[in-house]
Amino acid sequence: MSTALAETPEDIKARNKQLIAEVLEAYPDKSAKRRAKHLNTYEAEKSECSVKSNIKSIPGVMTIRGCAYAGSKGVVWGPIKDMVHISHGPVGCGQYSWGSRRNYYVGTTGIDSFVTMQFTSDFQEKDIVFGGDKKLGKIIDEIQVLFPLNKGITIQSECPIGLIGDDIEAVSKAKSKQYEGKTIVPVRCEGFRGVSQSLGHHIANDAVRDWVFDKAGDKIAHFESTPYDVAIIGDYNIGGDAWSSRILLEEMGLRVIAQWSGDGSIAELEATPKAKLNILHCYRSMNYITRHMEEKYGIPWVEYNFFGPTKIEASLREIASHFDDKIKAGAEQVIAKYKPLMQAVIDRYKPRLQGKKVMLFVGGLRPRHVIGAYEDLGMEVVGTGYEFGHNDDYQRTTHYVKDGTLIYDDVTGYEFEKFVEKVKPDLVGSGIKEKYVFQKMGVPFRQMHSWDYSGPYHGYDGFAIFARDMDIAINAPVWKLAKAPWS
Amino acid sequence: MALRQIAFYGKGGIGKSTTSQNTLAALVDLGQKILIVGCDPKADSTRLILNTKMQDTVLSLAAEAGSVEDLELEDVMKIGYKGIKCTEAGGPEPGVGCAGRGVITAINFLEENGAYENVDYVSYDVLGDVVCGGFAMPIRENKAQEIYIVMSGEMMALYAANNIAKGILKYASSGGVRLGGLICNERQTDRELDLAEALAKRLNSQLIHFVPRDNIVQHAELRRKTVIEYAPDCQQAQEYRNLAEKIHANAGKGTIPTPITMEELEEMLLDFGIMKTEEQALAELAAKEAAKLAAATA
Repeated sequence: MSTALAETPEDIKARNKQLIAEVLEAYPDKSAKRRAKHLNTYEAEKSECSVKSNIKSIPGVMTIRGCAYAGSKGVVWGPIKDMVHISHGPVGCGQYSWGSRRNYYVGTTGIDSFVTMQFTSDFQEKDIVFGGDKKLGKIIDEIQVLFPLNKGITIQSECPIGLIGDDIEAVSKAKSKQYEGKTIVPVRCEGFRGVSQSLGHHIANDAVRDWVFDKAGDKIAHFESTPYDVAIIGDYNIGGDAWSSRILLEEMGLRVIAQWSGDGSIAELEATPKAKLNILHCYRSMNYITRHMEEKYGIPWVEYNFFGPTKIEASLREIASHFDDKIKAGAEQVIAKYKPLMQAVIDRYKPRLQGKKVMLFVGGLRPRHVIGAYEDLGMEVVGTGYEFGHNDDYQRTTHYVKDGTLIYDDVTGYEFEKFVEKVKPDLVGSGIKEKYVFQKMGVPFRQMHSWDYSGPYHGYDGFAIFARDMDIAINAPVWKLAKAPWS
Repeated sequence: MALRQIAFYGKGGIGKSTTSQNTLAALVDLGQKILIVGCDPKADSTRLILNTKMQDTVLSLAAEAGSVEDLELEDVMKIGYKGIKCTEAGGPEPGVGCAGRGVITAINFLEENGAYENVDYVSYDVLGDVVCGGFAMPIRENKAQEIYIVMSGEMMALYAANNIAKGILKYASSGGVRLGGLICNERQTDRELDLAEALAKRLNSQLIHFVPRDNIVQHAELRRKTVIEYAPDCQQAQEYRNLAEKIHANAGKGTIPTPITMEELEEMLLDFGIMKTEEQALAELAAKEAAKLAAATA
């Protein structure tokens, strides 16, 4: 269903311009004016995508965004497996976000790991009126009795907590004292704060700084450093992503001392200030704490990208460049070792996927990070955008996208549908809310938050699965069987 | 007669509860059936009518029982002086939770459970400042038709009265709430009556009554009684009866207030000599210092 391949970038730019104008026509003037700033076409050699970002969504549209609570509880803290995360407030926030990210972990759920469990203070009217501090204290006591192997507790604030002025910090301090200095972290991630989940990431990062690093003191277990200690930061281990990344780092001779925060533990967080290098996958959600560690502990950090062999190669070399020749040689060995496997994957899938066009809309990292993996398979990303990216994300995007790529920030349901209708990509990659809309339009779709219950997609192992999944989505015979009654 | 709903607002400590209870006690003598809804977490809006402080507030009982759904109306309604029905919303101790939400919860409970049936008057007594939406509950749609602002000649009481008028204006167009009038509770400040009348005029309202100061009110309060009950023949009791009659006759005569700006209010206070200009204040300070110096050197 691709449009003619002979289109020049200039044709595409002209079409995009017209398309954006058409889409904006549907809005009232004020909304059109505001949305116009978020939609554009990338012009080659520019240092930015020329779209505004991290601005409040406009009323009346369907935005794909989440809230600060989602950013803290769902993204940053949720995957810390040996801590209990309390959704503090009415029951819905915790209940309806329960298990919605596939952060895999090793452990015995309910005994020493709690990621797939839901803890909530289930606020009732009386808790709002009289305050929930006492109830929170009681919940912490109960957690200590029922789950004695928990290594810490976080309090994830839902909206009402910020309105009624509950002093969750005081409860945390008092309970921490009562339980011999146990790590108890109050997080002020009330959903109404900020314009998207992005502020929740920042607040959660700050909570690590203030309530884990600054309070760890001499509690930290004895740690024997090596010159090759690194921490993986911002890999949420969706479908096992962090595991397929970690093995590569270990194969090249590094020692991974922490995974933030996929399959992560509080001990790993506490040990991270001992790392020699922080390696950062999801820049958007975790750059704050890596910057802090650089300032406070002098730990350098490097962004990397483990989607597709081209980017993996570049990233392995970039990481190795921070170490000695042994590691540099190790990186080359790893690259060489997997080359035949990668070639086999490409030989098998590239002929089936060559020239296929993709449109993406994901959160804060993947709208740029996965582009290389598609290109390794001969595919082309013709449109992309972020739910909650900031300007620095769009700057980084320029290193990935081609001249004429359609860029849409905080895309609305209406805009996304119209863009796909006109651009006619062969594949759309976005989230569960978008999936069925596009499949009903007859467009193949993959969920790019949860990997559609597949994965991992990171690392060399992940690329093989990624290639297979894109193939089964696009080339499924089902698309040929479906016939509209009028055709 | 259709149900009349009125509310008393005003700066904290101005004497809202005392004024409202004395007035309502007088109103009951006019043959009116009355329900008092205390909307202050301190729960002292019915003390003089019940001759004791209400213990069973809606919210304290709800907290004990689990939720308001577990309560019965009888649990929270007590009968006081001459059959006046008394309820108190109650609420959290200062500094925790959300008292505003408590007011909303309590009023909804009372309405849904028939507390407003078989009464002629519902009177809300609301805490000092309308700090959030919860405390504005009684002035929203289908609640109080008339608001009476209790004030005095003190500066902060006037500020508060003007602010409350702003709150009434906000809801006047969406609902039917009106400003019934100002009640001046005498503090014996300079030109108090003139000032109260002037402010009432600026707010497009009336000074419905000027309640003179009389120690007998405190004597009665110490005995947990209204003046009407404690000394029905005294002059002060007659003042409250007059006020009650005026309020009773004031049905449907409330107005949409025209609150003034802070500058206008300050100007007014300067005109009345309540507030001094900066120059005046500085000059007086300088004179004082000079006098002190003179005394020291003498």
